[in-house]
Amino acid sequence: MTSLDDLLDSEGRARLAELTGEVTSTPARIGVLLPAVARAVGRGPADPDDPDGMVTPRIEDQARVALLRAAAQGWNTDALVAEIGALYRHGDADEKRAVLRALDHLDVGDAALDLVGDALRGNDTRLIAAALGPYAAEHLDPHSWRHGVLKCLFTGVPLAAVAGIAERSGIAERGDAELARMVDGFAAERRAAGRDVPADATWLLDRLTAQRPDVDGATVPDQQRVRYDQED
Amino acid sequence: MRIFDPHIHMTSRTTDDYEAMYAAGVRAVTEPAFWLGQPRSSAASFYDYFDGLLGWERFRAAQFGIRHHCTIALNPKEANDPRCTEVLDVLPRYLAKDGVVAVGEVGFDSMTDAEEKAFVRQLELAGEHDLPVLVHTPHRDKVEGTRRTLELVAASGLPPERVLVDHLNEVTVDLVAESGCWLGFSIYPDTKMDEQRMVRLLADHGLDRMIVNSAADWGRSDPLKTAKTGQAMRDAGFGEDDVDRVLWRNPVAFYGQSGRLLLDPIDVDQTETFEGNSVLRGQRPA
Repeated sequence: MTSLDDLLDSEGRARLAELTGEVTSTPARIGVLLPAVARAVGRGPADPDDPDGMVTPRIEDQARVALLRAAAQGWNTDALVAEIGALYRHGDADEKRAVLRALDHLDVGDAALDLVGDALRGNDTRLIAAALGPYAAEHLDPHSWRHGVLKCLFTGVPLAAVAGIAERSGIAERGDAELARMVDGFAAERRAAGRDVPADATWLLDRLTAQRPDVDGATVPDQQRVRYDQED
Repeated sequence: MRIFDPHIHMTSRTTDDYEAMYAAGVRAVTEPAFWLGQPRSSAASFYDYFDGLLGWERFRAAQFGIRHHCTIALNPKEANDPRCTEVLDVLPRYLAKDGVVAVGEVGFDSMTDAEEKAFVRQLELAGEHDLPVLVHTPHRDKVEGTRRTLELVAASGLPPERVLVDHLNEVTVDLVAESGCWLGFSIYPDTKMDEQRMVRLLADHGLDRMIVNSAADWGRSDPLKTAKTGQAMRDAGFGEDDVDRVLWRNPVAFYGQSGRLLLDPIDVDQTETFEGNSVLRGQRPA
């Protein structure tokens, strides 16, 4: 990924350095500087093929993350959790997206999971994508994470936006049977309605239900394994 | 005729209004934060409202080809309710956002101490955030309210050209004209001002710093009053350039001081969504 420095012009780099200095000395300034970042520093896609920043955060997202990381140095965990909660609560969709993207870099444990939950309840695809970054991969409970993946399939968020999709869904191993069941059900409903099954759903289902040697050496379709697992 | 309505409460209006406004020449608006017609009971209610002004309403206007900006403030009436005044502490977060082109509506409703305190604090915030100010003048005791308003503006140290004093009429116009502030006139179906009185004021006072708005809201009001005033100006012998100055260039000059106006034409696509929702509800685009 192109670095933020390379994405900004010299004026933008200078402005970001200035803002970073300001929040480093006075962290509370983040409340009024974070909203102003796009205006002050720059905005636009970091990847022209991904204008909404679903997979590669946009320039203003990356600049906001950098600013928030700098401010975070000045707070203990409780104060940091309180401030990111306020930034998210009073943020517009762009600011909320940046807060979600920043969670991967902030030492808040699972204390910011309510923000992820809020984003996953909504229908803003850019927020859903940002909510399912490495922070969610590490901290989100299995039920919520699976529903997040399913929401991506429903709303057209590319699964490439879901951090750790292969690891968390256990593609390389047995495959997450519950997720496979949910995606299979989604695909069945789409087919019943005469609608296309999104390529991402097929891709995921193929991998979750691939044929692999079973524990006793026999090879069975994982579709069957899914059924066994459900009966457990 | 291109029109910038510098004071209109679009959250209270319908999509029919947006269509009629566009057809009449409205291409940009500013929506000031104000009260809802009934009291809010908590600060959180303001935050949802501010989020709506900056989010859904801006999106909704764009779906009809109209650029939407807003002003953010604790309004004078609700400045009297202690349950709501914590909004003042959170305002800086909102004043920093794109799309916010002034602090407002601030000013007086009943001329109370609480109103004055909130007004003074918000004049300070305008200075801190380098934003112009939209000031509401009271319906009752208007002359005294306007006089006190101008005293507080002068004491704030804000340059008068950064302040628009609104809802003026024949009895308050001179006071504000002398102050150097911008002069706002709300054209209503029955009260405040009408088109003919407005045209006489323009003839008497000239066009400098004169701003006309519909102030349309949830009450009986008319979002086309700006266009109708433009027509009344023409009928009275004003030229197209005069109309353009009052209905477009003056409000653009005032709010442009924020550096945050967006006025480029919109490529309307009604199938677009805001946070996943469109204005269509499954219907076909208009």
